Amino acid sequence: MKWIKDETRASLRRWEELYRQRWQHDRVVRSTHGVNCTGGCSWNIYVKNGIVTWEMQATDYPTIDPALPPHEPRGCPRGISASSYLYSPLRVKHPYARGVLLDAWERARAAFKDPVEAWASMVENEDLRRQWQSARGKGGLRRASWDTLLELIAASTIYTIKTHGPDRIAGFSPIPAMSMVSYASGARFLQLIGGVSMSFYDWYCDLPNASPETWGEQTDVPESADWYNARLIAVAGSNVSMTRTPDAHFAAEARHNGTRMWVFSPDVSQVSRFADEWMPIAAGQDGAWWMAVNHVLLTEFHHTRRVPAFLDYCKRYTDSPYLVELQPTSRGYRPGRLLRANALDRYAKAENGAWKFLMWDAPSSQPKMPIGSVGFRWGTEAGKWNLQLQDGADGSPIDPLLTFLDGDHEVVDVELDDFSATRTLQRGVPAKRIACADGRTVLVTTVYDVLMAQYGVNRGLSGEYPSSEDDDAPYTPAWAEPLIGVPRDAIVRFAREWGETAERTGGRCMIVIGAGINHWYHANLTYRAAIHSLLFCGCVGVNGGGLAHYVGQEKLAPMEPWAAIAFARDWLPAPRLQNSPSWHYVHSDQWRYEGAFTDYQPVPADQPRGTIAEGHAMDVQVRAVRNGWLPFYPQFNRNPIDIVRDAKARGASTPDEVVARVVADLKEKTLRFAVEDPDAPENWPRLWFIWRGNAIMASAKGHEYFLKHYLGTHHNAIAEDVAAGVVHEAEWRAPAPQGKMDLVIDLNFRMDTSALYSDIVLPAVTWYEKADLNSTDMHTFIHPLAPAVAPCWEAKSDWDIFKAIAARFSELAGTHFPAPVEDVVASPLAHDTPAEIAQPDIKDWSTGEVEAIPGKTMPGLRVVSRDYANVYRQFVAFGPLVRANGLGAHGTQYDVTDVYDEALVTMPTVEWNSHRYPSLAVDEQVCNVILKFATVTNGELAYRSYKNMERKVGLPLAHLAEGNRAMRMSFTDLQAQPHRIGNSPMWSGLTGERRAYAPFTYNVECLVPWRTLTGRQHLYLDHPGYLQFGEHVPTFKPKPLPAAQADLARTGSAEWKALELNFLTAHGKWHIHSTFGDTPPMTTLSRGIEPLWVNDADAAAMGVDDDDWVEVFNDHGVIVTRAAVSARIPRGVCVQYHSPERTLAVPKSPARGGRRAGGHNSVTRTRLKPNLMIGGYAQFTYHFNYWGPVGCNRETQVLVRRLASVDW
Amino acid sequence: MDVRAQLSMVFHLDKCLGCHTCSVACKNVWTDRRGAEYMWWNNVETKPGTGFPTQWEDQDAYRGGWERTGDSLQLRSTGRARVVANIFHHPHLPTIDDYYEPWTYEYERLFTAPQQDDQPTARPISLITGKPMVPEAGPNWDDDLGGSPVYAEHDPNLAALTEIERRELFAIERLVFFYLPRTCNHCLNPACVAACPSGAIYKRGEDGIVLIDQSRCRGWRSCVAACPYKKSFYNWASGKSEKCILCFPRIESGQAPACFHACPGRVRYLGVLLYDADRIRPAASANAGSLVDAQRSMLLDPFDPAVIAEAARCGIAPSTLDAARRSPVDRFVRQWKLALPLHPEFRTVPMLFYVPPLSPSVAHDGEARVSVKYLTSLFGGGDEAPVRYALRKEAAVRASRRAATVGDVDRATVDRLLSDAECSDAEADAIYRMTTLATAGDRFVVPPTFREQAVEMLHEGGR
Repeated sequence: MKWIKDETRASLRRWEELYRQRWQHDRVVRSTHGVNCTGGCSWNIYVKNGIVTWEMQATDYPTIDPALPPHEPRGCPRGISASSYLYSPLRVKHPYARGVLLDAWERARAAFKDPVEAWASMVENEDLRRQWQSARGKGGLRRASWDTLLELIAASTIYTIKTHGPDRIAGFSPIPAMSMVSYASGARFLQLIGGVSMSFYDWYCDLPNASPETWGEQTDVPESADWYNARLIAVAGSNVSMTRTPDAHFAAEARHNGTRMWVFSPDVSQVSRFADEWMPIAAGQDGAWWMAVNHVLLTEFHHTRRVPAFLDYCKRYTDSPYLVELQPTSRGYRPGRLLRANALDRYAKAENGAWKFLMWDAPSSQPKMPIGSVGFRWGTEAGKWNLQLQDGADGSPIDPLLTFLDGDHEVVDVELDDFSATRTLQRGVPAKRIACADGRTVLVTTVYDVLMAQYGVNRGLSGEYPSSEDDDAPYTPAWAEPLIGVPRDAIVRFAREWGETAERTGGRCMIVIGAGINHWYHANLTYRAAIHSLLFCGCVGVNGGGLAHYVGQEKLAPMEPWAAIAFARDWLPAPRLQNSPSWHYVHSDQWRYEGAFTDYQPVPADQPRGTIAEGHAMDVQVRAVRNGWLPFYPQFNRNPIDIVRDAKARGASTPDEVVARVVADLKEKTLRFAVEDPDAPENWPRLWFIWRGNAIMASAKGHEYFLKHYLGTHHNAIAEDVAAGVVHEAEWRAPAPQGKMDLVIDLNFRMDTSALYSDIVLPAVTWYEKADLNSTDMHTFIHPLAPAVAPCWEAKSDWDIFKAIAARFSELAGTHFPAPVEDVVASPLAHDTPAEIAQPDIKDWSTGEVEAIPGKTMPGLRVVSRDYANVYRQFVAFGPLVRANGLGAHGTQYDVTDVYDEALVTMPTVEWNSHRYPSLAVDEQVCNVILKFATVTNGELAYRSYKNMERKVGLPLAHLAEGNRAMRMSFTDLQAQPHRIGNSPMWSGLTGERRAYAPFTYNVECLVPWRTLTGRQHLYLDHPGYLQFGEHVPTFKPKPLPAAQADLARTGSAEWKALELNFLTAHGKWHIHSTFGDTPPMTTLSRGIEPLWVNDADAAAMGVDDDDWVEVFNDHGVIVTRAAVSARIPRGVCVQYHSPERTLAVPKSPARGGRRAGGHNSVTRTRLKPNLMIGGYAQFTYHFNYWGPVGCNRETQVLVRRLASVDW
Repeated sequence: MDVRAQLSMVFHLDKCLGCHTCSVACKNVWTDRRGAEYMWWNNVETKPGTGFPTQWEDQDAYRGGWERTGDSLQLRSTGRARVVANIFHHPHLPTIDDYYEPWTYEYERLFTAPQQDDQPTARPISLITGKPMVPEAGPNWDDDLGGSPVYAEHDPNLAALTEIERRELFAIERLVFFYLPRTCNHCLNPACVAACPSGAIYKRGEDGIVLIDQSRCRGWRSCVAACPYKKSFYNWASGKSEKCILCFPRIESGQAPACFHACPGRVRYLGVLLYDADRIRPAASANAGSLVDAQRSMLLDPFDPAVIAEAARCGIAPSTLDAARRSPVDRFVRQWKLALPLHPEFRTVPMLFYVPPLSPSVAHDGEARVSVKYLTSLFGGGDEAPVRYALRKEAAVRASRRAATVGDVDRATVDRLLSDAECSDAEADAIYRMTTLATAGDRFVVPPTFREQAVEMLHEGGR
């Protein structure tokens, strides 16, 4: 054993310097990755000889609680591969444009002195326009100078504003939180010129609609450290170990602290490895599981045993005790609207009485009107918007009855829809009769009693109740068993464990949920059912409990000043914010390829006149725009600047008169909404800016339709458009236009699919070359991005690029718009404003049902003055409206006059026209302005915001910030160490010392209402649209049938010898969306391609061996990749992890005549769920990324076949 | 007694996410260069699976490690006498097909493609030949059971199972997989050192790190053949072999190795183990059924006054002893007996230990899913007892925490489980804390390496 003898000869150890030298470096800089990722990890970037060499995780997070596992290290294999990009041959080092476009531009510039005229000569020449459109994506890129391209962009922007209107210019950039200043750059430029900022969270199908439905909240979730506080974790549709890599340890560690974990996943997913129990629920059928769980929970913990804590929670914090009117039908009754307080004589004169509701007070045996509802929120009485059980008229206490079984009652049969079997059930509920002020007597029951009936809890009442859990009736475990493919006893076992754990621990049961559920068409129903399991057991608003939805990084912590900067609210009052699902569904013409939504979505049989639950999704979309429920741009079929000018020419002198003129023209139909005729050339979007994202590939549900209708280049779609005659509210034009976009501009550091298909590619810096801020919902720290090296080659930061565009734009505008112009901006009814009580019913002004009133029965209209020649100066200055109006978000408000004035002294400023403003000229300055003006990073402003909220709520709140008033943060502070954000009334959770953030703890502990109809958590949704869709109660709707989905109408399996499979695009291991998936470490550790995962028996049936080439196709498009055959995947589905690039190792497709195959979104087409389009009604009121239909695509069906060989 | 200090490692497999961050951390720092592209000093394997290089555990094919013949230990690969005979050709070396052909893509094509009829794409090209290729193997080809009929079903460890057990393992309801992160084991009886004809490989006296001297290596590749873990790699550009250096430049500056630092699953622990070098040979040549026990028996208790006295005599610094007393590895391996060596039957006495995975514990039919036979093949050297002991203790600690946090397990049950696992309340608490709450400072206890003395020696013109 001589080799372990001490090696003491120093000379023989001298060679060790070799490796020591490799490790040596010169500089370490803190940054992170601004990609669309929830990680929010702090990284140290190592620099040697001026070159970034590698990155390692920072481990200096402050401890939030020694009883919780620490946060270090946060980071994943994707993040640690980022340094691969800086000097990669994939890097966009210089500005590029397609040669055919550049040639045309050079010719036009030679012919015209004015760049705008030059662009006009090109874009108005249809043959020429087709030339650069049809060349898109097919090579021919050429280097150009920054000057050339900035001028081209500025000229096309000015031309489009003049010719079509600013609302024909759109910009898309994903989730801002992870690099918020970079997001803000383009958004700010677009909003200053009147362009359109497109949403992301809903388009990605990451917005869980059940969150606004239940809580009036876009999403708020526990930070991952709080998983450790949970005692039972149910993981559903979320692959924590793979997609929440830096957080997964909290779950693994919780297990070693005694926590049990159940995982629901059709495949043996990576997280199922951590499961105490793994439930292979059939793909997309989780709703049935949770419905049956609720049946057991209500039966065993609410009825057989009445667990006091659970019932008390339901009374205080949910709408369970509210009175529901029972509407007579031919066969009995249906649950209808909540009974309005002003229906009773006693409350007939209550302010906003139609927006206040009733509970049955047990001691006085009469209905009472609790405070806290939306009517109190927007009333004139201060201090009555809270959750105390108190009557709004006389302040008397309320002890509500949850169920009428506990008092005098009669039993009546109500009709309940069973969509799983397309039938109606009759079930008895206890009811009372109440005399109304108008002389009517109405029959009411409680929400709780309706739910008991809906969930089939047999309380000895008449009707079709199941006799036991083994009785196959909605929604027993026996009913669920065949739908989910898991034995019923597992449901019972789970429900008992759930209820008992919650009872023992005060509600420490948590559901970690994600895209595996949220990307299905009926995700809102599945989520609601899951949320109900939490609410019935008091698990929401407690540490260790609640819904942990992590899909899409929506949490931008310092929201208030950031939103002011990003949407130019510091200069202008009305931004144009578009929900992207509607925009893409309409403009990329995906609506044309489907028939009526009732072909695949069941609704109750008996529909009232004027129902929205019939016809085509496009019809509801048009009504949603007309009624002010959803935004839509372009707004009208005319240039909004021309509209104002013409109104003035026709005598309108004030803004109000201009608006009145617009309303009159709309009523007379001499002015039309663009959405009513989206394929008319005057209604096309014309310019598209894309930055920080892969809008044409990774997120482009219906990608081939993007290529066809937006870009006008080659595509592989063969589907027929079938909506003619089915759509009534929108014009049908045949053939559909191809190539709507005049110019597509992409800012990028890598040549991804979006860059390749764009007309112009501008070199953006990586995350190691710029200053920015990063926050997430997975933890409560805020991080900087900081330059480890200067921008490489000709790259610039996004902020500097849009600043440069703004500068060139303003120069050209000096000629074309020497004086300010006026623009009329249409905006939907907005959440967290009095518009929440605008529309108690669905009424259409266009048919004369109601008067057309902007901001009430139709979109708000506002005249905005735009100073195009000074857009650059506005861009670099933190504008005066912030000082004048204060800041706020999510319904909060605080004054910043003193902070603004202080900033003029202590921070860099810019001066213009003898006014001084805090400077936004440099990205790091923007970071500091955000940190200085946000409640989460400035304790004094948090205190101030709570003080304001106290007045509204009427209860003490400011103590939540009292101890933190001295907290301030600067960019250099964050570079030194990650800082934890402070409490703010903008967020629903609390981050006190030694406390992990858990959502809704603010509401539960401080009795601040949820921003909903009743102010409580909503189990019941009484909007007329929800009643029409049968979604007023939690329910189960089957997955849309493959046939009705029409993915395969023109693609039959017989001719191809192919297998039909459900195509799933779960988030993957080797990329964050499409980023990182093309780096050497990730391609090498995977299979160098994003394979198609298929079950081994399915593969055998197709004659496919592991690693064989396969073709995956349907009517929409085609993918060619290789098979990863695995026993881990269930039969009947296939998985291609989101999201491959079609630019990387993609061969050609035999099924499409040897054309280049596409990416995962080549076989998808999105469908919008119409009841998610409603608005003007409490929590159902639009806000950007908060409400609206989502871009779902999980139901996609494909054919898969083996390819013997491939051609490149 | 010959007291030595070894910088030693524990990987807690119950926490491993299979994320491969460790692998990339290592590659970025050490092997992201020509000739080293295919080297993964640190890699992570899906088990069941065939690993990297493929089926490395099959020593009938690779003939790595040691074999015991009577009382003597022989290298299976070369044996001292055969070194010269095999210098120019080694019949059991892994070939490029057992590793993979490294590749990149024609990324430039996306910029340079002329205007054409169809979209350009960046084809894969070989990093060796520069020619187009279609990758058909990689360092992690069977990740997450990809290609399970080809790879997972041919895991050499499945030989320990019956045909029925094997079949059941690949029915989806019974399917089980976990991850096995691997680096050099910095063995006490390293086959690579013994096999090197140039004497270029040595084990550092101060910390036991095994290094291939890049100036003395002649590229004979005997170490590649001899290492049963296949953690020595031949650099085809430099003509030398290279392997994991346990990030000694980081260790020397008081930092954990890059792969340890980078682990977001927080599965890795690093610290000093004291051992008696006189007992290496008995440990390496113990009977097949007692290899784990034999290896444990050579470890020394840093709290034992006799050991402390002897350590001082052997030149172990007080600060090293102090590090040994704070070592998480000493706890996991020696005190708690939770961590086990990988394939002790290779007889290299590896100093990297694994806590066997407790999860996935239950399938939806209520039965245990993990196969003890399979784990024994990996970590037991043919003896189920140490594997069962570790699993029993992990489960008992978990139950004790359940009793404390939820209270639906009664005290008597917990007491019985703990006593069956030979675990006191204090030990259960310590295990729980080290498994869940440990900070980087708790997980990585890096002893001082006395660099000043090494530099001084060099400056004094040390021999």
